[in-house]
Order: sequence, then structure tokens, then C-alpha cells
Amino acid sequence: MSETPNAIEAVSAPIPSPGEQYFPKFKVTPALVKEAQALVAQYPEGKEQSAVLPIIHMIQEKFGYICPESMPWIAEMCKSTPIHVAGIVTFYPGIHRKCPGKFHFRVCRTIACAMGGGEELLAHICKKIGVDPASLTDEEPMGISEDGMFSIEAVECLANCGFGPNVMVNDALHQEMTPAKADKLITFLKKNTINA
Amino acid sequence: MLPKDAAAAEGKVNVQINGKWYRFPKGTRIADACNSVGAHVPCFCYHPKLSVAGSCRMCLVEQGMPPRLAPGATPQYNEDGYQTISWMPRAVIACANTVAENMGIRTDSKLTSEARRGVLEFLLSNHPLDCPICDQAGECKLQEYTADYGRGTHRFTESKTKKGKNLSIGPRVNLDQERCVLCRRCVRFMKEIVGEEVLGVVGRGTHNAIACYPGTELDSNYSMNVVDICPVGAMTSKDFRFKMRVWFLKSTPTIDVTNGTGTNINIWTREQQVYRITPRQNDEVNSCWMPDDARLAYKYINAPARLTTPLVRTDAGADQRPSTWDATIGLVTEQLHKCAPTEVAMIASARMTNEELYMVRALAKQLGITKLDIVPRTGEADDLLVSADRNPNSTGAKLILGKEGKGLRTIRNGVRNGSIRFLIALGEDLTSEEAGFTAEDLAGLDYLLCVSHSENATTKAADVVLPGVTFAEKYGTMINVAGRIQRLNKAIEPMGEARSDWDIYRSISQSLGCDCVNVIACPSPMAVLEQMALEFEPMHGLTWGNIGNEGKAIIETGVTIPLIEREKAKK
Repeated sequence: MSETPNAIEAVSAPIPSPGEQYFPKFKVTPALVKEAQALVAQYPEGKEQSAVLPIIHMIQEKFGYICPESMPWIAEMCKSTPIHVAGIVTFYPGIHRKCPGKFHFRVCRTIACAMGGGEELLAHICKKIGVDPASLTDEEPMGISEDGMFSIEAVECLANCGFGPNVMVNDALHQEMTPAKADKLITFLKKNTINA
Repeated sequence: MLPKDAAAAEGKVNVQINGKWYRFPKGTRIADACNSVGAHVPCFCYHPKLSVAGSCRMCLVEQGMPPRLAPGATPQYNEDGYQTISWMPRAVIACANTVAENMGIRTDSKLTSEARRGVLEFLLSNHPLDCPICDQAGECKLQEYTADYGRGTHRFTESKTKKGKNLSIGPRVNLDQERCVLCRRCVRFMKEIVGEEVLGVVGRGTHNAIACYPGTELDSNYSMNVVDICPVGAMTSKDFRFKMRVWFLKSTPTIDVTNGTGTNINIWTREQQVYRITPRQNDEVNSCWMPDDARLAYKYINAPARLTTPLVRTDAGADQRPSTWDATIGLVTEQLHKCAPTEVAMIASARMTNEELYMVRALAKQLGITKLDIVPRTGEADDLLVSADRNPNSTGAKLILGKEGKGLRTIRNGVRNGSIRFLIALGEDLTSEEAGFTAEDLAGLDYLLCVSHSENATTKAADVVLPGVTFAEKYGTMINVAGRIQRLNKAIEPMGEARSDWDIYRSISQSLGCDCVNVIACPSPMAVLEQMALEFEPMHGLTWGNIGNEGKAIIETGVTIPLIEREKAKK
């Protein structure tokens, strides 16, 4: 592979992230295979490919992101092809190709939250965790702090429009967020290693 | 009786296209219906042999149906027996929708062209517009439709999305992601026809791009078909790219000769040079596809190894030297007269056309020889289009010569034990693996006469070499493994002084004293065909004209072409 991967090589090029230290490295174990097989078994014979998305979710939950090594394995598990899996992984913004931080912020910027200050909140949290808001682009939607503790990305609707602006940290939803509440939350998270 | 009832009786429906009423079988796609009556529908993603994607939106047409009736109302028919069509305010795609009774379609209305104009503007918004250096220019759908529906100026002031360019995605195919219109024909072809899902779409929105997974390649023997079906210049052939602008090329419909399937092809030439081969649709032989190895089997036609003059060796051990046709035919006649017929063997080829085989038979008869056979050639069938029989005309050889290659071993033994002193090799390299002769076998002969289009070990060992032609330089017919007779057409003139093989055999027979008018007076391969039509029962009634470009099934061989069988089963 050349120094800068070309458009084809980029499909499976690793994207290094300091967040990797907080997640186990992807490894195929008999237990993992069994778990994947259980997901595949949910679908009728000949439709094994339908399990691609559930397995992707399972991998992302366990390992934080979909690393290049896992894509051919996922394909093998559900009788699909690596390019099909790569197509799905690169399509959904919710599927990460880069490892997020220990605490991953999803800041909603759909209309209700945006009107309630979502955009400002995004910039504020970015600054707080040391991420340049301008670095969040279509190609690279996720920013991560240098120590790998925090990562942030803008998302569309978190389905709590009445109580915006909404921020989701890992799996916990925080409503009616303000910069001050965000500061408090980040300070709390820094002190506590438990999940928010 | 109303038109709807008359149509229903035939299993058809009445459809109005651009104001005129037509009848189509139920289930016909609107795009196919329109194209069949000359109302051309522009398509990128729709391909009749692939599943419908409906993604390019280029085929939008205005569509209308009779209004839905109020409860209790009865339909009103006009004097022609049709209901009034009420036109829908939005256009529908012609590829994914089928015709219905009393449907109206407009392919030339304002709504239709406005809709297509809009679609095309979006397709061009990120297109690099690099037509001057694009190989597809001249046969590019995007270029054609831009001429029809393009705006001429860009309204987009944003910068275009950058994607991968000049990417090698396989040994024979290059990809330019920026030129791509994301029709996914290549993805569907590889998945549905070849069954190797190596191509896919990655990314989202304007970043969408065709890719293969790193470490895998588009290396199937059918990979170059994606170049043909790509409506734009995204997929280009490594072999053909930058070689020649397509509008300078002349295409000649003919057939492939690398194996028994007889894939229908077009040979693209300019000034006696072959530049590329592309498949030609024939739903009974090769659908729209062809294997890569057959597509690239044209390099020998314009290679330096081609023989351009007759060559003779006057003294044993001396070099061959060029000669003229008259002198060489005279010499060959003299030499053949001296040979005892029992000591002569002739090896013909199932790569010959029927017309050539007929003349070979006449020559063998004139010489009075019985030791005659062809070289059988087999390989592995690929369950798609490549037949296990690697000779293109084994069926013809069996019909005309009655030979299948079973006597080759006897001839080989005869040469080795000295009972055969004289050998005539027609269109075959005897040192090839399939023929099985060694250089020593050939050196031990008293006399070796050879007809060949290119130099090889046999021509080098021969006493007399007569230059023949390749399949691109001749007219003729061949019968494929399934028993279908098909035509070869001449795309270029014979190289140098080379002559059509059938004419070489005819000349020798004549010079040897053949007095059969049907042989010596034949003016053309078409006349030979007519002669054969009288002689061989399966060929009865055949003429050059009625075989046509599609060929004609004449013999029941019991052999089928797997890809075609699958296609038929799908319907």
C-alpha cells in the first residue's frame, strides 16, 4: 500500500485513533463466532446477508468501531462479500470506522435542537475537549481528544425534540443541555471512570 | 368489441405512446415498449439482462391513466373505444414500471424533457467533463443525452466532489470514480451474471463510489463486460484505452473462434488494423456477454509473425525463400503428383470454416488420400460461455469431413513408423500440444506442405508454406457446439499476398486436375455454401442471406450453453 491510500485502498485503510486504548482490540474468538451465528440464525436460509447490520452493531458495541480486519470476517459470517459489508459500513454515519473516545458525545443539530442552541453547544463541547470544530467534515465526522477520553460528532435527530438541545453520551441521553451543564458533565466524567 | 377486450384476448394491453395506440404483452416494461416503437427512452441504469435498479432517473416519462371511477359510475369510452387519459402531474421512471390497459405515455412532452433535463443537470454536477481524454467519448450515453437534454452551462458554483481516478480494479479494467453515474450496472452484472460479488458501492451521497474491497480484484474472465455495459467512461479497458478514438473504428459483425460456443462479436478496425473486439447480442448464443480471453484473442492478426508471401524450400537444408503464388501452386502440384496417395496424410482443422472444410474434402478426394483428420482441442468449460470444445467448428468438421480427431493418433504413428512420408498440414501447428507431433517427426518427413496464417514451428519445418488468413479476414460459416450455423464476416483485407484458405485449396485441387465444376468454378465462399446446402441434409435451404447475423439452428447436438439456459430459465 502506498503512503496515502488511493480511493480503493481507503475502503479498508485503518484510521488510527487514541480512543483505541479504551476498547479491546477486535479478535475472533469462538464466543464471538457463536454470537454472530446466533444473529445469522434469526434470518431464513438464503437470507444470511440480512444479518450484516446486526453483526456490525454487535461489533461496534464490543470494540467501539468497525476496524478493517472485521469487515471480511463479518462477510464470512453472513455469506456476504467484504465489499458489501464495506458498502454498509461507509454508508451509515452511525457506524464508526474510527475508534471513538471512552466517552462519545453525539450532539443533535436537527432543527429543534439547532434552534435551542445545538450548534453552539457542539462548538462549546468541541472546545472543551480540545477538538477543532472545523475538523468535523463530511469525510471525517468524528473529532477525538488527544488523550482518547472524549470524542464528538454531530448527529441528526435523537428523537427527543421537545426537550432540546439533546446530547447523547455513549448510550445515555442528556436533554435540555446548556454549555454550563456540559462543562459539569465533562468534569464529572473526567473524575469518574464509570459510564455516564 | 372494445379494444381492451380484443387486447386482453391476446394477453396484451393497449398503450398510447406519444398519441398513437399500440398493443404490448402484459408485463412489458414501459422503457422496452417505448423503445420498440421508436420512441427512444434514455437509460443509464436499465439493462434488459440485469435486474432493475431504477436509480438513474434518466428514463422519466409522463404517464397517464383513465380517471378512477366514482362509486356506481360506468367507464365512458370515446368513438375509438378508449377511455380519456388523465395525465399525472409527476413523471414516472420507464424502466421499473410496466404497461397497463389504456395507459398513456409521453416521451416527448414538456414535462418529460424538463424532468430529464433536471436529472441530467444533477448527474453532471460532479462529472469531470473530461471528454477530450475519455475513451468512452463517442459512445458515451452521458455525452449523447447531454446533447439531447443538457443545459450547456453549469449552474453549480460549488466545487466538485473529488473521487478516485485511474484506479486499477483488475488486471484488465481501470476505474474512474468521478466519471461514474452510479448506475450500478457493473455491480449487478458481477453479482447476477458472473456470480462473483467483487464490486460494490461505498460512501454516501456525493461521495458514493464504485469500489472493490482492497485485496480483491475484478479478475473474472468476464470482467471486461463491465466496460461494455458501463454507460459512461468510468470503466475502461486497459487493453483499448487511449489506443483509438471510437468514431474512427469500423465495426464488423462476426463470431469468435476461440471455442465452440461461437460467441457473436463485433470486430472494430481501422485501416487493416484490429483494435478491439466487443460482444454482439445474440440471445441464443451469448446474450450480451463474452469472455475476456476471447476478447483479447486478436493480437495475432496484426502481429509480425503473419506470413505474407508463399515460402518454398528448393533444396533440403536450405532456407525457405519467398515465391509467387503461380509458381508455388505449380511447384506444389508437381510435388504432390509424385507422392504415392497411400503415403500421404492430411491434417485439417476444426478451426476452419465449413467452406474451407468442403474444399479440404475436395482436395483430399483429388489426391485420393484416406488418411485425413482434424486436431481435437479441449479445455475446461466454465459453466457460462466457454465451451469445453476449444475448436470453433467441430460440428462442421464432423458434418463435412466426418472427422472428429480420432484418426490423428494413427497419422502420428504412421509418421513415426515411416508409412507416411508426405504430410499436408492445413491451418494447424503440428507441434502444438493438441496435435502432438515433435520437431523430429517433422524433420523425418520427405515432404511437408503447410497452409498457415502465421509463422510457427510447422511452417519453419515445411518445404512449402502457403499464407492463409485469420478469422478477421474471411467470409465463411461455422457451426457451434449447439448446432447453430453462424457467419464470419471479413473485417480487414488479407495481409500482404495471403489468400483466403478456401481459395488456396480450390486452386490446388484445380491445378491437380480436379474437374468437378462445383469445386473449381466456385467464385466465393457464399457459392460454396450454396453448394453445401444441396449436398448436406442439415444445410438444406441455407443461403448466405438467410443465415443472417443471428445464425440458424440446423443440427440437434444436445449440447447447450449454460449461460443461455440460465437466462431462459429466469424468464
